[in-house]
Amino acid sequence: MNDLAPLLDAIYQRYHYDFRSYAEASLRRRLATALLHFRCDSLPELQARVIHNPLAFADLLRFVTVQVSDMFRDPVYWRAIREVVVPYLRTYASLKVWVAGCATGEEAYSLAIVLDEEGLLDRALIYATDINPESLRAAQAGVYDTSRFARFSDNYRLAGGRASLADYYTAAYDGAMIDQRLKKSIVFSDHSLATDTVFAEVQLASCRNVLIYFDKQLQERALGVLAEALCRKGFLGLGTKETLRFTTLAPSFTECAPDARIYQRM
Amino acid sequence: MELIVIGGSAGALDALLAIVPALPDELVTPILVALHVSPHHPSRLADLLGRHATRPVCEPEDKQPIRAGTIYVAPPDYHLLVERNETCALSVDAPLNYSRPSIDMLFDSAADAFGPAVTGVVLSGANDDGARGLARIFAAGGCCVVQSPSAAPHAAMPTAAVQRAREAHVLAVGEIVPFLARRAVIRKDRVAR
Repeated sequence: MNDLAPLLDAIYQRYHYDFRSYAEASLRRRLATALLHFRCDSLPELQARVIHNPLAFADLLRFVTVQVSDMFRDPVYWRAIREVVVPYLRTYASLKVWVAGCATGEEAYSLAIVLDEEGLLDRALIYATDINPESLRAAQAGVYDTSRFARFSDNYRLAGGRASLADYYTAAYDGAMIDQRLKKSIVFSDHSLATDTVFAEVQLASCRNVLIYFDKQLQERALGVLAEALCRKGFLGLGTKETLRFTTLAPSFTECAPDARIYQRM
Repeated sequence: MELIVIGGSAGALDALLAIVPALPDELVTPILVALHVSPHHPSRLADLLGRHATRPVCEPEDKQPIRAGTIYVAPPDYHLLVERNETCALSVDAPLNYSRPSIDMLFDSAADAFGPAVTGVVLSGANDDGARGLARIFAAGGCCVVQSPSAAPHAAMPTAAVQRAREAHVLAVGEIVPFLARRAVIRKDRVAR
């Protein structure tokens, strides 16, 4: 990856965060934004800054990793989770599901709400993982800007929501907080699809708009981890522009909700 | 790889609907389009352009290879970028200039990846997205085209583009395709020599 390589190598050696196989164009863009923030003129200067200063690195991580999603982004996906995946999840006495690359938690809470409305939340454990500790803290807090909820509510309705999204949060002075009841079903924790391995067997893994940031080689690795975590007949949900086609994992899955990019492991 | 990138917002659809059907078969340079559309609805832009085109028009999947003679349209609510390995890349990074897709992001990535082989085109629009990206394309040795602000339904975007990229060719919609075709021939000759 030419001029980015020294910085990425140094970060990996020093902090064990591996961005060496990230897709180049968007990573380059994010690093350019970081250069402005740190008032650095060059990548070597940025490297010198963060390698000797863990606080500065934590700051950089914010630029390199944070994805912001919406609750019920792509309603067609959430509708398919309800209609295609939930009937299968019902057959299990206890459930484990994994939201990989959960960022600030919007999709993990969306999943908790679907499971709640389908009467499955009491027997479910949701693992929501990310590599960015600051994102995980925000996800755990579950407080979102009030202005975002109009959009969230529209999505929720289009996704087949059974109640009102307002039933699931409490508006406070500086934002709306997701209910404790939903939070209790979610374990937020640190996990890297680039460097870690499987930690549990799950019936559903949702990993949306994460693989687009990886190059092909890292996509294969990440998909391998996700596939290994899935039980037989377990489901894998991807982003609407992500596909298993052209990957070595394709033969191990059937596409069961093509528009929603939901696959079932054979 | 030779590449044409086109950006626009309000009023740009009409320009695209004039440009796309006029593209001659000999002009096989791949075209990537970032048009500001509502992020909340599945876009019909690719279908619409496809009906007026004599070449394939698609919303690319992540990592879809960029092929000659094809038009790629940024999916709603995703940024579209290009990679050096001649593939499309998508991102859900925060909107830039309140826009996702962002024209600047597409143009910057094209300039980074393919420098002088890039032609950037800014069409009608009501904000200044695309202006910085167009300047970046010029700085990387590429070619800049702007729809004439005086004839554009919304002049803010092309005006900002001309201010940032003063060397841009300011053209009426009807002049854009012949310009692109000539440029493709000149580039081909240059590369051949």
